Amino acid sequence: MSVDKETVRNIARLARIRVDEDALEPLAKELSTILTFVEQLDAVNTDGVEPQAGGRTMALQQRADEVTAGGYPEKVTGNAPKSEHNFFAVPKVVE
Amino acid sequence: MTEKLESTAKGTIIEGMTGPWELIIGLEVHAQVNSNSKLFSGAATDFGSDPNTQVSLVDAALPGMLPVINEYCVEQAVRTGLGLKAQINKESVFARKNYFYADLPQGYQISQFDKPIVGRGQVIVDLKNGTRRIVGIERLHLEQDAGKSMHDQHPSLTYVDLNRSGVALMEIVSDPDIRSAEEAAAYVEKLRTILVYLGTCDGVMARGSMRADVNVSVRRPGEELGTRAEIKNVNSLRFMRQAIEFEAQRQIDILEDGGSIVQETRLFDASKGETRSMRSKENAHDYRYFPDPDLPPLILDDGMIERIKATLPELPDEKKARFENDYGLSAYDAGVLVADQETAAYYENVASASDPKLAANWIITELFGRLNKSEKTITDSPISAANLGKLVGLIKDNTISGRIAKDVFEIMFNEGGDPEQIVEDKGLKQVTDTGEIEGFADQVIADNPEKVAEYKGGKDKLLGWFVGQLMKASRGKANPQMANELLKKKLDEL
Repeated sequence: MSVDKETVRNIARLARIRVDEDALEPLAKELSTILTFVEQLDAVNTDGVEPQAGGRTMALQQRADEVTAGGYPEKVTGNAPKSEHNFFAVPKVVE
Repeated sequence: MTEKLESTAKGTIIEGMTGPWELIIGLEVHAQVNSNSKLFSGAATDFGSDPNTQVSLVDAALPGMLPVINEYCVEQAVRTGLGLKAQINKESVFARKNYFYADLPQGYQISQFDKPIVGRGQVIVDLKNGTRRIVGIERLHLEQDAGKSMHDQHPSLTYVDLNRSGVALMEIVSDPDIRSAEEAAAYVEKLRTILVYLGTCDGVMARGSMRADVNVSVRRPGEELGTRAEIKNVNSLRFMRQAIEFEAQRQIDILEDGGSIVQETRLFDASKGETRSMRSKENAHDYRYFPDPDLPPLILDDGMIERIKATLPELPDEKKARFENDYGLSAYDAGVLVADQETAAYYENVASASDPKLAANWIITELFGRLNKSEKTITDSPISAANLGKLVGLIKDNTISGRIAKDVFEIMFNEGGDPEQIVEDKGLKQVTDTGEIEGFADQVIADNPEKVAEYKGGKDKLLGWFVGQLMKASRGKANPQMANELLKKKLDEL
């Protein structure tokens, strides 16, 4: 499987990663090489094998419905480039 | 149940300029799970708290934080699935739905994609004309809510509050089985009733506990489904009706002008009563779902499902059927009384103490009317079910007339008190003594010789007038039926 330049451009946009025009083609080649490498796995016969989430069966850990966190809005907004009145303040996004 | 259950819709036909159109609607309802803490973090879920005070470091998506699922939310999803007569999937998988938005700090929403916790189910929708329709449920899955953006607090900035971020939602997806704005509203109303019965969601739409994404398309009757538009985040039934009606007409206008519908996300602007395109989400359909590597599959054991099944309450459809069968109520009355559990329980208390049909009439007409007028609900009714039961009992055994009962009801509503005591104290007992009623009858006849002459001259309808006079003379206490019979007998014998 190979990806073309347009696919790379779209993936980059969806991931909000800026990629210069002249880097698209080399990236497409690189990604295609990676995909081809991974495709070696297609050689393995997986008939009758359920998809697995990991190497061993792991149960999802669960917790009780208790309030154990929160109450620290300054901490939450502490890393924000801008915050006001404990809100995150971002450039206006209006639909 | 004797009514017809329709699973295939006949459909509301909209006449366009070039012929008929059929409206096709599917709904994705987001119902907030009634939990204390969030789906994957221990932050609180209370409504209306100060900004960012209910945000854990998981909700703020700080690096290295790991989600741990809230077992209560899982149980509520299963409970809801059972209430929707749906298939419960013993293995389900959480996936990341990727998109960028200011109120989504993770850059993805943890949701479920190809393996939801609940599969196919159904909701029986009661329509105004008395018919009932089955709307298929495609699935129910658990997912995180996003934060809240406020655009009107600052001239050039948007304020983001993450209190809602990570709150557990059940997204309930219907089949495209709905055929009119009216049906859509009835479906949401019924779903809401079921959730509130189950106790899994508080159902308060005004607080955003239930919101719907509405998928609307139109087609020529019998043809393939048309391209749909999705109207996001509709938070009231009134807006839902308006949005659907506007959107249907918009699509018909485009198609009749030779245009085509673009599959897109639209926003309902309540102030203008119209839907418009949300351009920023144009490419958002490429969500690149993949299983969340932080969360292994969710496995449910049979014991847990059975335990939840054992605690299910009697659901609205079953209760309604029982009210119709056991109490002989009409489908309409039964439907009104089961709309919430408090009313249903109140009704059963009144009915068991008196007469089921009379009890239904008194609650639906008198009590509801009076509660509405004073902006009260059944839970803070000044008249207890026990006392209303006594009052209806007094009518039933002819101790008082329906007319007098209304006066007693009014006293009970305003001042409280036991109806038997009120009737006793005010001397309101119905007069059923023949001799006493005959006395009133003789009096009325003696006082009105001209009317008697008219009656004898053929004006039979005057009998009603005589009864009225007799009731007045007895200050409403004479048994109206006896008054009627005795007057007729006396007048005819003159």
